[in-house]
Amino acid sequence: MTPTDTHCPYCALQCGMRLRPRPTGPGGTPPAAPPVDVEERPGFPVNQGALCGKGRTAPALLARALRLAAPLVRDAQDGTLREASWDEALDRTADGLRRAAERHGNAAVGVFGGGGLTNEKAYALGKFARVVLRTPNIDYNGRFCMSSAATAHRAAFGVDRGLPFPLEDIATTGCVVLVGANPAETMPPALRYFTRMREAGGRLIVVDPRRTRTAEQADLHLRPVPGTDLALALGMLHLVIADGHLDKDFIATRTTGFEGARATAMAHWPERVEQITGVPVSRLREAVRMFAGAGTGMVLTARGSEQHSKGTDTVRAWINLCLATGKAGRPGSGYGCLTGQGNGQGGREHGQKADQLPGYRSLTDPADRAHVAAVWGVDPDSLPGPGPSAYELLDRAGTPDGTRALLVMGSNPVVSAPRAAHVTERLRALDFLAVSDVVLSETAELADVVLPAAQWAEETGTTTNLEGRVILRQAAVPPPPGVRTDLTLLKELAARLGTTHGFPDDPQEIFDELRRASAGGAADYAGIDYARIRAENGVFWPCPDPAHPGTPRLFLDRFATPDGRARFAGAGHRPQAEEPDPAYPLHLTTGRVTAQYQSGAQTRRIAELNAAAPGPFVELHPHLAECLGVGEGDVLAVTSRRGRALAPARITAAIRPDTVFMPFHWDGPGRANTLTNPALDPQSRMPEFKVCAVRVEKAAEAEADA
Amino acid sequence: MNTSAGTDTRRVAVVGAGMAAARFAQQLLARTPPGAVQMTLYGAEPDAPYNRALLADVLTGRHDPDGIGLPLGEGATLRTGTRVTAVAPAARSLTLADGTTESYDTLVLATGAAPVLPPLRGLRDDDREPGGVHLLRTLADCRALADAARRATHAVVIGGGVLGVSAARALAALGASTTIVHRGAWLMERHLDDRSARLARGQLAALGITTHLAAQPVTLHGTDHVQALELADGTKLETDLVLLACGVRPRTALARAAGLRVRHGVVVDDRLAASAPGVHAIGDCAEHRGAVHGLTGPAWAQADALAAHLSGTDPGARHTGTRPLTRLSAGPLQLAAFGDMTAEHAPGHDTLRYSDTLRGTSTTLVLRGDRLVAGVLLGDLAATGDIALAWQRDEPLPADPSYLLIP
Repeated sequence: MTPTDTHCPYCALQCGMRLRPRPTGPGGTPPAAPPVDVEERPGFPVNQGALCGKGRTAPALLARALRLAAPLVRDAQDGTLREASWDEALDRTADGLRRAAERHGNAAVGVFGGGGLTNEKAYALGKFARVVLRTPNIDYNGRFCMSSAATAHRAAFGVDRGLPFPLEDIATTGCVVLVGANPAETMPPALRYFTRMREAGGRLIVVDPRRTRTAEQADLHLRPVPGTDLALALGMLHLVIADGHLDKDFIATRTTGFEGARATAMAHWPERVEQITGVPVSRLREAVRMFAGAGTGMVLTARGSEQHSKGTDTVRAWINLCLATGKAGRPGSGYGCLTGQGNGQGGREHGQKADQLPGYRSLTDPADRAHVAAVWGVDPDSLPGPGPSAYELLDRAGTPDGTRALLVMGSNPVVSAPRAAHVTERLRALDFLAVSDVVLSETAELADVVLPAAQWAEETGTTTNLEGRVILRQAAVPPPPGVRTDLTLLKELAARLGTTHGFPDDPQEIFDELRRASAGGAADYAGIDYARIRAENGVFWPCPDPAHPGTPRLFLDRFATPDGRARFAGAGHRPQAEEPDPAYPLHLTTGRVTAQYQSGAQTRRIAELNAAAPGPFVELHPHLAECLGVGEGDVLAVTSRRGRALAPARITAAIRPDTVFMPFHWDGPGRANTLTNPALDPQSRMPEFKVCAVRVEKAAEAEADA
Repeated sequence: MNTSAGTDTRRVAVVGAGMAAARFAQQLLARTPPGAVQMTLYGAEPDAPYNRALLADVLTGRHDPDGIGLPLGEGATLRTGTRVTAVAPAARSLTLADGTTESYDTLVLATGAAPVLPPLRGLRDDDREPGGVHLLRTLADCRALADAARRATHAVVIGGGVLGVSAARALAALGASTTIVHRGAWLMERHLDDRSARLARGQLAALGITTHLAAQPVTLHGTDHVQALELADGTKLETDLVLLACGVRPRTALARAAGLRVRHGVVVDDRLAASAPGVHAIGDCAEHRGAVHGLTGPAWAQADALAAHLSGTDPGARHTGTRPLTRLSAGPLQLAAFGDMTAEHAPGHDTLRYSDTLRGTSTTLVLRGDRLVAGVLLGDLAATGDIALAWQRDEPLPADPSYLLIP
């Protein structure tokens, strides 16, 4: 059978892989067997053939036995989900959405998208919300992912692309400060670039409250108290100034706003920063010597630094550090965000975000609205304005001010949203909930209609990886009977709601429209087509015309701000929304394990991954365990102001004694997001996933057994 | 908000433009919508607010004197070189040195602290003659001292507290042959135990700094310019520069004259409210729960709590005190100290000690039960972060806390 070159369905690396269809027997593929095998695709530069366990086992979920194979609708009699025809499911969905709009207005209908959707789906979903539903209420789980970095990128550089350079540049730089990122466990194939950098004499500084597998490989590990990265970055800027490491020419010719940043840095002198962060002055000095002393350098952040109520200001403080030392807009240097979700980059560019239209156009800019409205063939005035952010949308669901009917596509907020028990309640309070997904996720379990969607290996479409490289996933096998693509779903729904044009289910047709909609925007795809992507191993945006080579490296001549200069920021440190107190004396931070992905909806169904990471746990330091009288494996109750979670203790000296860690991939009693705080960043509307105050105790026996 | 009649803008007057004042202004303006607060800072010094904790670094040239300014917040009005001569809480007005008066809705006293001058023959506190006698409290002091230090061959620092030691190290780094004259039995005795102080003294000696302990300076010699300092035992220390570093005292004259309750400092409650309506005090001039601090940590905690409360963003905000930590980074001499080290000898207390004579590091921790009571770290302070946090948060420690000694 002919193999198909495509990409992994999981994280933002979008590793290249090759899928070889298995020969089918007389009775077709057995229900438990995947229809394809994964092979190496060494020619794709990002991963050069390497895959992690998630990527290797990804086809397992293509087996019919593990996934949804037919639409489900909630039975009017017994209230359970039962199989239904597509016609029945689509009719009920269209009715549910229409009825809410008729009774309560268009804004009573909401859409919640996902950062795993292809560019074509994200684009079509945004268009569906604005043209068919005419609702401002659309946002997506990417708000929970890299929105703080995105906001900071736009403010500092004028455009938001996760990395302004290809990953391969990491191998060439002199020093990387990796903040709140754990690629050794979350993006194993990317680790090679850091290893190569170190082999070439470069230095790796890891900032993380935990001594992760990534931190173990660092030349220097800084271990701040959760929620204090902003102070840490400003303390480093202070030392850059004090120790004469400023790149004054760069500051003068390529930036604005340095004086404000300087004053803020003066309010964050090392001894004060030490008391806020717990990072000793000597380590801070060492970090600054390493970073400023290197000829080139990068700061790369991930969720650890970004998922805070001050995430945007924190990222901007890290950008300050790059700007002050001239480590931005130059080959081998710069700030970057390690985007998380598969299409976390493209998913935020093309219009499923509450405030944006395709190509990063703004819903509040008249020219932007006119451009997109023209492509869509609608009156610009018919486009709704910006809507609430993801958490706010979920928080208001089923209330008089919020949505009454919601369409969720490729997201599992019951597990992944902050204050998850409350969010679950809100979803239950909806008049109507439809969920499109590949599996019966915890969110789908609440739905009135569940729509089984085709998976990555069964449909074609583009994603944009963390480098800003637009790549092509290609269908290797057809979806099983009973399963349709999301594009078909939107086409059918649009038709039932009275819009028969503008929603083709051919991805290439949608992509060509997306190119026109993005043309002239910040994320300009006009010059990219499927053939080029195949021929060039992806094309980096912006790429305004077919003759343009694409832009692997941004900002080398000028930044994307109106005056071409990068902007320093002046915000000082502030405490997190919830500081520990006698009732909740510890920090909780959350994160990932290698073998699971996001809400676990996909990976928890795969035996090999479950064997490697079977369930949630609470990581705590031996000193804390001693104070609490807790032994390895004891079931702990972790309580915050929002709820209580139970999981076994995992005792390790790799974590700060004042902090406990829980992975967030599971539902049920061990759901970490039962505890997390929905305090929002005022700029990015990012919830404060990465730090809240908790109490930890040994669970009562009855509770532990339950 | 409590506002003047007919407007939505509250006039907030801050007397003083030092670190506490700047922090308060920045915090309040950050917490209120633009235009809600009309913020005016009255500073007696000619300079805009700057980071006083960096003056020793300005002295050595590590920081540019013009480069240590602090953020004030968007829209604050700063009146430098403007001395407030009286406040009238009942009339909600204040009088400036030029005789003009200004009204306010809310007054914040952040007048700071003034250096204590030692009783010394030959020293007049008005213009500090003879020449060559310096203080290190303000940026202006610092500029003058830096200028003098460049020409001095000998320097004597009177006072072996944290400021004196830090300044002595800076003067030595500038090339002056430097002597510390200290009245106490050991250096920095408010913060250090005698063993740690001996170690610190040794490290100063390695930097070329001589220390005279239990020494009482009595007379400055020299007519136009200082030539020597004479001690009570008759020792004459030849010098062309004397720095007075004998501690500070809260500036409370204005509050006292206004009839506010003053003990050591302007007495405030947990809302940082002084004894008259509409008047608050923060920082070095304030006395909160009987404590007067001369440290930025408590001053900024007070500024933050007051801003949170006055802005309405956290109406319940209270300042319940801080557990301050003294930190000194003076070149190779690194020191962190907290709590009352004399507790070391009290019954029921346990002392943990680790020292490395070759590397010149030492850690002394005093515990009562499972809590830290006091501590001194010298030399390599790799463990300071964790220890400082355990102290600030009053964290319970495990049964064997020895891990704190060796990071």
